[in-house]
Amino acid sequence: MSRAEAKRSYPDLGQSERFRYVLRLADTCLILGQRLGEWVGHAPALEEDLGVANISLDLIGQARMLLSYAGEIEAAGRDEDRLAYRRDQNDFLNLALVEQPNGDFGCTIVRQVLIDAWQLELHTWLEASTDQRLREIAAKAVKETRYHLRYSSGWLIRLGDGTDESHARVQASLNDLWKFTNELFSADEIDVLAENAGVAPRLSELHSRWSVRIDEILSQATLTRPVDVSYGWFGKRGEHTEHLGHILSEMQFLQRAYPDVTW
Amino acid sequence: MSDDQQNWPLFEVFIRGRAGLEHKHVGSLHAADGQMALEHARDLYTRRMEGVSLWVVRSKDITASDPDDADALFEPAKDKIYRHPTFYEIPDEVKNL
Repeated sequence: MSRAEAKRSYPDLGQSERFRYVLRLADTCLILGQRLGEWVGHAPALEEDLGVANISLDLIGQARMLLSYAGEIEAAGRDEDRLAYRRDQNDFLNLALVEQPNGDFGCTIVRQVLIDAWQLELHTWLEASTDQRLREIAAKAVKETRYHLRYSSGWLIRLGDGTDESHARVQASLNDLWKFTNELFSADEIDVLAENAGVAPRLSELHSRWSVRIDEILSQATLTRPVDVSYGWFGKRGEHTEHLGHILSEMQFLQRAYPDVTW
Repeated sequence: MSDDQQNWPLFEVFIRGRAGLEHKHVGSLHAADGQMALEHARDLYTRRMEGVSLWVVRSKDITASDPDDADALFEPAKDKIYRHPTFYEIPDEVKNL
């Protein structure tokens, strides 16, 4: 039984909080999709070019549904394109992890495993959210995400359990990116309100399930789980690393240079 | 494309279009092993809902007939039209034969 069907009553989530919560999910998909798109034409093999591009397109598809929904909640006349192409850096609410540079292919794979495992737990939970639109979006996204994790974890296991060099490289990327996982599970007031309203999961519970999954993958990949560190980047609050601006300058160029251009 | 990728063996890909049909050869790809070949096949050959099932097989494991042997292998069947099922009425309901 979904939380919506349960007769328990939840406090309402305010319009502005719901908008920001949905925007966080949307921007995380959008920026990661844009990042992965940078691999097109540059991946280590033609086959991987298409593999990464497929994941990128799935994520952009998810971002479109979420951005449209966010625009409807806001009810200020902003559609998905307006939200994607005409907001400035500090209005983006994506997790800082997904704006980190691609690095080498192994680094991209490490980032992908960390976020895929998180999205898989998130989407699984959202299928029973009190928010009907999020339930519908999650039902579609969860199947895509399951494949994303299969792809990324498959590669992480190959690279971690591969040659000395591939092992050293992905371990270094893991050590480097680990600090950004802190944000995935640090609840702020919007997360707490969304959780209380039955819209979003409790992040500490998500953390336990994510940890089990990640530990299993790292163990197969013969990689060492880094020590958790508290770290101050909160992309979901609009506080970004220096990398987001560069992504936006490329992603938003056309609409900035030729506002409202269409083809 | 790196040298390592050149070392990935070639796989042939077969797709079953829908339940009840046979797997058909659709192309080939490079991959490190069968599992990776399946995932590559999914990404390369099923982007437009082409199928419901995938087979991959190492190209080197296929034993192929020699085109020079075509006369000996295939010519003898030419004048044996009685082997064709053309003398039967096929019911309209049969979609795939």
